[in-house]
Amino acid sequence: MIGENTITDFIYREAELLDTMEWQAWLDLFHPEGRYWMPLEWQQQDPVLQPSLMYEDLLLLKVRVERLAGERTFSQKPKSRCHHLLQAPRIVACDPAAGVFKARTSYIYTETRGDMLERYSGWASHELVQVGDALKIKLKRVDLVNFDAPFGNIQLFM
Amino acid sequence: MKRYGGNAHAIAALVREAEVHRDVYVDPEIFELEMEHLFPNSWVYVGHASQLAKPGDFITANIGRQPVMASRHSDGSIHVFYNRCPHKGVKIASEPCGNTGKFFRCPYHAWSFKTDGSLLAIPLKKGYEGTGFGDTQANEGLSRVRNVVIYRDFIFARLSDDGVSFEDYFGESLSTIDNMVDRSPEGKLAVQATPIRYMHTCNWKMLVENQTDTCHPMVAHESSAGTAVKVWKREQGDSTETPMAVQLYGPFMSPYEFYEQSGIRIWPNGHGHTGVANSIHSNYSDIPGYLDQMVAAYGEQRAHEILGEVRHNTVYFPNIMVKGAVQILRNFIPIAVDKTLVESWVYRLVGAPDKLYERALMYNRFINAPTSIVGHDDLEMYERAQEGLKSNGNQWVNLRRLYDGHEEQDVTAVINGTSERQMRNQFHAWAKFITMGMGERIEAAE
Repeated sequence: MIGENTITDFIYREAELLDTMEWQAWLDLFHPEGRYWMPLEWQQQDPVLQPSLMYEDLLLLKVRVERLAGERTFSQKPKSRCHHLLQAPRIVACDPAAGVFKARTSYIYTETRGDMLERYSGWASHELVQVGDALKIKLKRVDLVNFDAPFGNIQLFM
Repeated sequence: MKRYGGNAHAIAALVREAEVHRDVYVDPEIFELEMEHLFPNSWVYVGHASQLAKPGDFITANIGRQPVMASRHSDGSIHVFYNRCPHKGVKIASEPCGNTGKFFRCPYHAWSFKTDGSLLAIPLKKGYEGTGFGDTQANEGLSRVRNVVIYRDFIFARLSDDGVSFEDYFGESLSTIDNMVDRSPEGKLAVQATPIRYMHTCNWKMLVENQTDTCHPMVAHESSAGTAVKVWKREQGDSTETPMAVQLYGPFMSPYEFYEQSGIRIWPNGHGHTGVANSIHSNYSDIPGYLDQMVAAYGEQRAHEILGEVRHNTVYFPNIMVKGAVQILRNFIPIAVDKTLVESWVYRLVGAPDKLYERALMYNRFINAPTSIVGHDDLEMYERAQEGLKSNGNQWVNLRRLYDGHEEQDVTAVINGTSERQMRNQFHAWAKFITMGMGERIEAAE
C-alpha cells in the first residue's frame, strides 16, 4: 500500500541515484510517458507553447544519459558531479484509490566540474503514478528561484 | 601597457587576409576599443516593435556596454534613448520590459520625462531659475539615440552620429529578415516568449564566427546530435514517424559534402549566411494547414518561393544571428573580453499554426539553452579556445580554408559552404568599423 512515506522515500531515493550517478537506475524511475520539465517563466502553465529550459521525454533523457558516457563528449572531460540537499518533501496528494501521488520539495542543487562549482535553489514537483507495486515519475518539474537568470552549462539533472 | 588605443594601424594589423591575431579575443584593451568604437559605429539590434505594443511600453537593451531603452510614445512612434537620468545618471528603467504609463519618472529625485524622452517636470523647478539650466544637456531630457531605423518591426540603432547609413550597412542582407517575416501568413511576427539566456565565458566573436562554421557540427556535436540519432535508431522499433525532436537534432550530423554544396553567401560589411541551396532546416515535416494559409495569403508561386528559401544561419554584423526558417534571433551581448551573454529570442509567426511556434521553441531550448546538450558541446570549445589562446607559441588564428590568395572585400558572393570566407568577411568589417573615425578623433583631441 502506497502511503506518504513511500512518496518521501521515493524522492530521497531519486536524489541519491542522481548524486551517485546511477543514471540507468534513475531513468528506470520514469513512467514510459514520463517528462522532465524545467520552466522558464514564473508559475508557468504550458510546457509546449511557452518557453522552457527543458521539457523532455524518456527518449531525450536517454540521449542525455548516453551522451554523458560518450568517448567524444568533450564537455564531460573532466566529468561533472552533483549534490542534492533536500528539505523534507511536502505531500500535496496521496490518493491510492485515484492513483494520484504528488509532492513538492524545496532543495539546493550543486553541480561541479573541474574547479568550478555552481549552486542553484528551487523546488521540485513530482507527479507519480503506481505501476505494479512501485511508483514511477509521470512528471518531474524543476522550478528554479532564478529561472530567468543567465546560467552557464547545466549538464546533469536537478 | 596600452598598445592599441589611438593606434589604428596597430589594430588593423591584427587582421591579416586569412589570419587574425589572438589579441582580438583575449586583450582587454581591444575589448574596450570595441565598446568605444566598433559597437557605436555599427547598427545594433535593440528589440522588436511587438514588444512595444501599447503607448508607454518600454524595453531595455545594451549597445556594446551602454544601457539604452526604447519606448512607444502616445502618438505611436518609437524612440530610443540612453537609459540614464540626465540629473545624476540613475537608470530610468531597471527591468527588461514593462509599461511606464504616460511618463517615465526617475526613482531618485522624481524628474519625469514624456515617453518621447523630453523633460516633463522637475520638483522644485524654481531652484533652477537663473542657474543656466536651460542651456545644459539635462534640459533636453533623456539623451536620444538619433540614428534609429525600424525595419519590418526590427529596431536597430547606431550610436555614432556619423557613419554608414542603415541601407548601405545592411544592403541585401535584409532578405533574411524579409523571409522570416514573410513566413507569417499575415506578414507579422510577435515576441511572446522571454528569451533563453545563457552565459558564456568566452569572447563574443567566437560565438559569431561559429554561426557560419560548417566544419564543426559533425565533430563537436557528435556527442549530442550523433547520440540522438543513435538512440533513436535503437529505440524507434516499428514507428514510421520521426519525432520532431529527432528531426531537429539529426541534420547536425550531415556530412561535409552536404555543407559544401549547400553554400555560403557573403555580403558587404561583415554580413553573411550559411545554407544557400538548402540547409539543416530543409527537411522538417510539413505542418498541416500551413501551406494552405500561405498560398491563400501570397498566391501559389510566392508562397513556394518564401518557403523554399531555407537559409541556415544569417550573421548580421556585429553581434546577432537570425534563423528565418525557425524564427530565432540570437543576440551575442559582450560583457567582458572573456564573457558574453547570449539571449535567444523566438518570434511567433502571427496567424500560423501553433505547431510552428512549438517547433521554434523546441529548437531554441535544444540548441540555445544552458541546459542544451548542443550548447554544452559548443561552449566547451569556446572556453578551451579562450584558454588556449593565452599560449604564446602561436599568436595567430588560422582562417585560411578555401582562401585563394586574393579576395575582394565588401562584395556579394556565393561560395563553397565549408569556406571560412564569412569569418574573413567579418574580420574585415571588424577592422573597418573599429578604426572608423579613429584618426579624426585623435586629431581633434590633440
